[in-house]
Amino acid sequence: MSHDSLLNVDQVVKRFGGFTALNGVSLSLKKGEILGLVGPNGSGKTTCINVISGLYSPDGGEVSFHGRSIAHVPMFRRALLGINRTFQIPKPFKALTVRENVEVAGSYVGQRRRVVDDPIDFVGLSAFADGSASSLTSGQQKMLDLARALSTGPELLLVDELAAGLNPQELDTVAKKLTFLASQGVAMIVVEHLLGFVNQLTEHVIVMNEGREIFEGTLSAAAKDPQVVAVYLGQSEVNARDDRH
Amino acid sequence: MRRNKLSNAIILVVLAVLFILAPLLYPNQSVPFQMMAFMTLAQGVNLLYGFTGYLPFGYVGFFGSGAYGVSILVLLLHWSVIPAVIGGGLFAVVVALLLSPLLRLSGAYFSIGSLAASEIVYYVVSNPNMQNITQGPYGVNLAGIYDPNTSYYAMLVILLIFTAVVMYVKNSTFGMSLLAIKEDPVSAAMAGINVVRRRVAIWLASAFAAGLVGAVYGWYVSVFYPSSVFDLTISIFAIVFTLFGGGGTVLGPIVGTIVLYGLYNTIGVSSPQYFQLIYGLLIVVLVMFLPQGLTSLLKRRGINVP
Repeated sequence: MSHDSLLNVDQVVKRFGGFTALNGVSLSLKKGEILGLVGPNGSGKTTCINVISGLYSPDGGEVSFHGRSIAHVPMFRRALLGINRTFQIPKPFKALTVRENVEVAGSYVGQRRRVVDDPIDFVGLSAFADGSASSLTSGQQKMLDLARALSTGPELLLVDELAAGLNPQELDTVAKKLTFLASQGVAMIVVEHLLGFVNQLTEHVIVMNEGREIFEGTLSAAAKDPQVVAVYLGQSEVNARDDRH
Repeated sequence: MRRNKLSNAIILVVLAVLFILAPLLYPNQSVPFQMMAFMTLAQGVNLLYGFTGYLPFGYVGFFGSGAYGVSILVLLLHWSVIPAVIGGGLFAVVVALLLSPLLRLSGAYFSIGSLAASEIVYYVVSNPNMQNITQGPYGVNLAGIYDPNTSYYAMLVILLIFTAVVMYVKNSTFGMSLLAIKEDPVSAAMAGINVVRRRVAIWLASAFAAGLVGAVYGWYVSVFYPSSVFDLTISIFAIVFTLFGGGGTVLGPIVGTIVLYGLYNTIGVSSPQYFQLIYGLLIVVLVMFLPQGLTSLLKRRGINVP
C-alpha cells in the first residue's frame, strides 16, 4: 500500500447469500491514473465499483480514500468526498430537464474545484440542456450520467461500461474526454468489455474472474497470460470462428 | 422563474379572496371551511406523494393527532388557543417522527403500513383507559374556546402557508432533489443528496400540515370524537383530490378539491351511497388511466402548470 495513493481497496470480500461476488480484491489508484477493469460477465467488476461507490458495503476488507476508511460511509457522503460514478444502465432523473439533472447534483458539493466548468457542454449535450432528460437517446443518457457525475467535481470517477452501444466515432470522442479528465488529475476505474477502448485509455489493467484478480499489468501482457487466455478461451474460439467466415 | 412567481402570487390572492368572500355569499360557513381544510390536506398529501411518490393512506392519523393535541393542550395544560393550535400541529410532527421508519417501505407496502399506523394512533386515543388524557371514546368538548369566525380565518392562513410551501418546494433545488429521489434513490444519493434526511423532512412537513388542519378543525367544531377525527374518509378525500387534480403541481390539489368537494356537496349529501360508488370508481380510473391527474392533460400539450 503506497502512501500517495488516492484509493486503496484491500482484500475486499462481498457475498450475496451463498455466492461470493468478490473474494479478496485489492487495488490502488493514484491521482490522474486510469485503471481498466476487465473480465468476463459475472466476474465481479461492477460489484467492485458498487462497493467503492457505496451501493454495497463490503463483508470483509477495507476501502480507503485519501487514507481514510470509507467502507461504511453512505453513498451521498462519498459523492461529497469526491467519488462519483456512471451506471451501466444510465439513470437520468426523467422528471427534470438535462440542465436540472446536472444542477441538482452540483448543488450539494459546495465550492469544490471542478475539472470542467460546464459539464453539459463537455459531454456535448448543450443543445438539449433545456429539454427533458426523458427525451434523450440511451447514448445521450450515458453522457448525462457522466455530466452529472462531473458536476460533483469528483477526484475518483468510476466508469461502468460507458462505451457499450456507442459507435466507433463516439467511442473515440469519449476516450478523448476521459483521457482529458485524467490529465486534469481525475483518477478513474473503467469497467469495460471493449478491450480496444480500454487500450486507448490505459496500459494498466486488472483482469478479474469469479471474484478474484487473475492478472494485473498491461493489456498486451494480459493477452499472453495463460490464465487470462484460459478464462477468455471460449470467447477466443468464437472470435476465431467468426474470423473464418 | 419570474413568470412562476407571478402566477404563484395570483393563485394565493385568488384563494384568499375566494375564501374571504365565500361565507358572505354562501349561507353555510362550514362548507367553505371544510373545503379549505381538505384543500390544505390535499396540499399536504401533495408534498409527500407528489414529490416523493409515497401515498399515505393513514394521513388522517396526523389530522386526528392535531385535533387531540389541541384538546390536550387546552383542557389539561390550559394553553391559549393559538399556541395550542401550533402545538397540535407539532403533536402530529412527533407522531410522524415516531412513524418515520415507515419510509423504509415503498409503494403499496408504505400505503398499507401508514394506514395500519393511523389505526394504532386511533385505538390508543380512543382507549377508555386514556380517559384522563383524551376522554377515550367519549369525545372532547372544547366549548370554552369555541370561535367559528377566528378559526375560519386561521384555516385560511394555514391553507395559504402550505400552498406557498408547495410553491417553494416545486421551484427549489430541494424540490428537484425530492423528484430525483422519487425517480431513482441510488443515483440521487450519487448526486450527493442525503436521501433519508430529505424523505424524513418532507414527511414531517406533510404531517405538520395535517396536524395544523386537524388542530384548527378541532377548534372550529369544538366537539368531536375519535371516530370523527380519525375517519378514514378524510385520508381518502385528501388523496383523491390530489390524484384527481395532479400531484407535484400547486394547482392540482386546488382544482381537485374545488371540483370534487363541490360535487360531494351537491350529490354526496343527498345520495351518499352513489357518491361513494363514484369515488371508488374514480380512484380506479385515475390510477389506471390518468395517474398524473387533470393537470397532466395540460402538461402533455406543453402548457406549463404552476
